[in-house]
Amino acid sequence: MLDISPAEWTAILLSLRVAVIATLVATPFGIALAWLLARRDFWGKAVLDALVHLPLVLPPVVTGYLLLLTFGRRGLVGGFLADHLGIIFAFRWTGAALACGVMSFPLLVRPMRLSIEAIDRRLEQAAETLGAAPFKVFFTVTLPLALPGVLAGMVLGFAKAIGEFGATITFVSNIPGETQTISSAIYSLIQTPDGDAAAGRLVIVSVVLALGALIAAEWFARRATSRLHGN
Amino acid sequence: MLRVDVEKQLGEFSLAAAFTSEGRVTGLFGASGAGKSSLINMIAGLLRPDRGTIVIDDETIDDTAAGIHVPSWRRRIGYVFQDARLFPHLNVAQNLDYGRRMNRLASDPAQRERIVDLLDIGALLDRRPGKLSGGERQRVALGRALLSKPRLLLLDEPLGALDEARKLEILPYLVRLRDEANIPMVYVSHDVAELRQLATQIVMLKQGRVTSFGGVKVLT
Repeated sequence: MLDISPAEWTAILLSLRVAVIATLVATPFGIALAWLLARRDFWGKAVLDALVHLPLVLPPVVTGYLLLLTFGRRGLVGGFLADHLGIIFAFRWTGAALACGVMSFPLLVRPMRLSIEAIDRRLEQAAETLGAAPFKVFFTVTLPLALPGVLAGMVLGFAKAIGEFGATITFVSNIPGETQTISSAIYSLIQTPDGDAAAGRLVIVSVVLALGALIAAEWFARRATSRLHGN
Repeated sequence: MLRVDVEKQLGEFSLAAAFTSEGRVTGLFGASGAGKSSLINMIAGLLRPDRGTIVIDDETIDDTAAGIHVPSWRRRIGYVFQDARLFPHLNVAQNLDYGRRMNRLASDPAQRERIVDLLDIGALLDRRPGKLSGGERQRVALGRALLSKPRLLLLDEPLGALDEARKLEILPYLVRLRDEANIPMVYVSHDVAELRQLATQIVMLKQGRVTSFGGVKVLT
């Protein structure tokens, strides 16, 4: 069995906490955005779509640096949040969650959007004729039918968040117990003499988590299809 | 009472139709492309007229001059589509209760039982729509529309997707509905035989215009 040391456990648990929070906070925004992109035509839609996908193609170090400029203590948003709401991102685990949330957002939104696009809009019309106002149509028809896609997006986003490295280390550095996730712990370990064994253990943990998430996402996607066919 | 006087431009196609019907079952008759579905969708509120008025009983639900457009969900209409459109994530019982829940109506077990019996769908209540035949689906769709307690029932070629045998299976239910449910209906069809059996008044549509209006005899 893997003999995981307390320091490694700290990194694993921090990674899980960061990824869970990042996913949970990103999900409502993801659903709203997925719905907007799937169902509405508006001015600037192409730009919004590109913005959502930007973290996927931008060098992570650039995203991290932009986060630092925006959400750092002296950043425009970061300064405001710190002074007025007491929310601090810089060099805190919350900042790691923010970085992971932003980096995983494109992967989280995509399955949600596809599953909303796949819903027959005529079902929503039927709901309307039965007396359901638009927000009720959304919560009783659209969202339940899109649920497997929503869960698949959450799982994929979670998997990405748990493995995020570049933006996180740029934004909140690599502080054990506060911002040192599995990825940054591995990075430190392979630069340390005799760190190979510990790094290897964390690598195995990473692979298991990522594989598990991908399998789960695939399973949800298949559930989505059968749900739409009413079986 | 249903009074319709609307105009709508849909691409190249222009629809301009006016009629007033007091009948229990108003048959909208015409070839495909005559504008029947657009007209019924306007009555349902799914399509907005460019100009004109629609009045059910004493309530104006569309009046473009006065800026009135009551949204679908507040029209209290029931709509049975050609393709049933049952909610695939709900079972038959939940589909039947959907309209009642959305309209916040108190549960009415007697009424529900009456309609379930009338349509013979008692044995299907636990099933998902994916496990129903075409005819069963259409019966459930009828029940679902009726249980939302509409003041007007719209049926858009409800037998159109069914084969001859299935049509004969559903028709008697529709006749019973007409005679027992006491809800005025608008019935869209291009099938003369169907309308002869069901309709009490006929609105004949041709290329977006009403060409004749009257009793079932105008079908000849």
